[in-house]
Amino acid sequence: MSYTRQSAGRFARGPAGGAYAPPAVERLSAERPAPNRIRRRARSPQWAALAFLAPSVVYLVAFYAYPMYRNLDLSLRDYTVYSFVHGGAPFAGLSNYASIIDDPSFNSTLIHTLVFTAVSLVFQFAIGLALAVFFAQNFRLSAFLRALFLVPWLLPLIVSASTWSWMLDTNYGIVNAALHAVGIGPVDWLTSPTWSLPSVIIANIWIGVPFNLVLLYSGLQGIPRDLYEAASLDGAGPWQRFRRVSWPLLRPVSAITLLLGLVYTLKVFDIIWIMTRGGPANSSATFATWSYELGFGNLLPEFGLGAAVGNLLVIMALIAGLVYIRARRRLLVS
Amino acid sequence: MESNSTPPPSRRRATHRGIAALSVAAIVFGAGMTACSSSPSSSAPAAGASSSGSPSSAAVGTYTVWDPYPQFTQGSSWTALLSRCGSEAGVTVKRTAFDTTALTSKVLLAAQQGAAPDVLIVDNPVVSTLAEAGVLTDTTENHINVSSVEPNLLGAGEYDGNAYGIPIGANTLALYYNKNIVKAAGVDPATITDWSSLTAALAKVKAIGKVGITFSAIGTEEGSFQFEPWFWGAGANLTDLNSSAADAALALWTSWLKAGYATNSVINDTQTTSWQEFAAGNTAFSENGTWQLGNAQKAGFPYGIMPIPAEHGGAAPVPTGGEFITVPVQSDTSRYATSEKIVSCLSAAGNAYMTDNTLSYVAASAAVQAKQVTTEPALGVWVQAVHAGKARTGDNLGTNYPKISQQLWTAVQAALSGSASPQAALASAQSAAASATNGK
Repeated sequence: MSYTRQSAGRFARGPAGGAYAPPAVERLSAERPAPNRIRRRARSPQWAALAFLAPSVVYLVAFYAYPMYRNLDLSLRDYTVYSFVHGGAPFAGLSNYASIIDDPSFNSTLIHTLVFTAVSLVFQFAIGLALAVFFAQNFRLSAFLRALFLVPWLLPLIVSASTWSWMLDTNYGIVNAALHAVGIGPVDWLTSPTWSLPSVIIANIWIGVPFNLVLLYSGLQGIPRDLYEAASLDGAGPWQRFRRVSWPLLRPVSAITLLLGLVYTLKVFDIIWIMTRGGPANSSATFATWSYELGFGNLLPEFGLGAAVGNLLVIMALIAGLVYIRARRRLLVS
Repeated sequence: MESNSTPPPSRRRATHRGIAALSVAAIVFGAGMTACSSSPSSSAPAAGASSSGSPSSAAVGTYTVWDPYPQFTQGSSWTALLSRCGSEAGVTVKRTAFDTTALTSKVLLAAQQGAAPDVLIVDNPVVSTLAEAGVLTDTTENHINVSSVEPNLLGAGEYDGNAYGIPIGANTLALYYNKNIVKAAGVDPATITDWSSLTAALAKVKAIGKVGITFSAIGTEEGSFQFEPWFWGAGANLTDLNSSAADAALALWTSWLKAGYATNSVINDTQTTSWQEFAAGNTAFSENGTWQLGNAQKAGFPYGIMPIPAEHGGAAPVPTGGEFITVPVQSDTSRYATSEKIVSCLSAAGNAYMTDNTLSYVAASAAVQAKQVTTEPALGVWVQAVHAGKARTGDNLGTNYPKISQQLWTAVQAALSGSASPQAALASAQSAAASATNGK
């Protein structure tokens, strides 16, 4: 036991350099005879552990740490097209961030991002939970119907977003045709500044429901049946059973569903870009579309500003992640 | 449960230290990679022609060509022409097609990594930006012969007095009209000479239950391109977006939407979707480009073409569109000679004639234009329009054009969607454009 603990501690310290490692080995060898055998034993699991660790470290560094570092670097320099290609962009501190925050569209874009995320999450979660509870009682065709609800998730986003933009077309769209049938005049879903954001939110809710449904449904399956039986024996009705049994026991699953949903929704880009391009006149622009537009959507790319907006998104997701970890820790302690 | 979530203090400390160590390793490793990748221009020449890792010189005898024509798939006459020009120059051509809006940043990223294509075909307003970025060679270095090109077309590819490529052809805008609808509405196209007669014609079309006009006011360069004939036709200048002439042009478009002469789907319409609405046969007029000529013949109704009228009569100046064939900077300068052969082949009279017919463009040289008009008299209108065409990056705008254009299309979108009055939209566009262009 004590050996494994030592080696576990040392393997974790290992990459920091030799400073910590030698004393431990020396202590071991001083205390006991036959140093060769023990040294080999103490060292080989360490190397093996490092070797096992190496692929994931290399992967994390190459595909997460380095791009993050580059994006941060990009956002802190004043890039012109020339310096982007040939290097030598001067360090600009936080001036990219300052000009993003000073930008007249910053406030509205921030509000759009928050509204888009919050409204999408609330409806996706509520509808997903309702459907999950509904499908938890097994009835005929429930598996088939549940599979049908997964369709939005399986369709490529370009297909669903294009379909939504056709359906919401002012003149030829089926939504306005249906409204017309019940006597409501045409709504400019995608071309009026008041309706463009609700339109992309509606499409995003539709796309996000299956994800919530699947996670919450499997969470419900994990709740032992006998709890419900005990509750009904105690006289709890369906609502009481949901409120007192399902809801509290589903809390960990709900928390991770909401967190993942938040991260996915914050960075939603394709749906908005395909349906409205963030327009008209930025009325449905979020940080994700703004960042893309700055970096890639114009004739003249502004990589520094685009990276700054992208980093703001990362920070927002990070804060949500920290809130989740804290809430989860409190949940475990209680 | 309890013991799992709270490890003994010693182990926990060790884990924390481990995380710290890993992140240090990550930073060191990351910095090492940056050192390798941040200076491609200085390390590439040392690597030499044969062993450099960049795709453009990975295999001697393979030359890369990037173009914005994804509609031409493998086996089309365009790809056949590219391979033929390659084999005439004694090399293999590897062609990649990009969406035109994605091409600029793709090229900048490739150039940063020392992997720019040997030949790049790119939309003309981007040429000055790429030239400023030091991505393109000028004609003194790549020796492309541009003497046969019409000066007003060549202007779009000039930066600091140097030419950076040769136009593959030119396109521009005019008004297509559906003869059936115009006739039914009792409009004589010959009477449409200025804005007021055009608006009157649109009113007559609406009276018979048809849509007056389609255009594209999307929030991209296409939206600015389509608005510029009206903007310039009112006498406005891109250096002052807030002039009363600019206001008149935007107020014209806004009034058409308010009166129902155009549907407000124009706000999200690209030039392609705007054309599709015209081709559906329910719309009298469509502002669209040379490249739709082939589709117009397939539309199934008789059509006519007229120049876009200026506010007080006459033809409005129209922006010239179309791509330039350019030669990006390579670490191995000996490649330019072969690239030049490929470019000359692509722009040679016979090939340009074929390419421009495939793209439905007007040729860039007078000789080929004459040949086009003799075989296809309908192109005569377009050749005249191209002669009256104006480079978007002209008026000494150069690399400021993209910044101004972005504000212009934003203002158009704001006014048409009703989120601001034309005047307020243009005023904020001008202040945003002024701050964007003074900075650099």
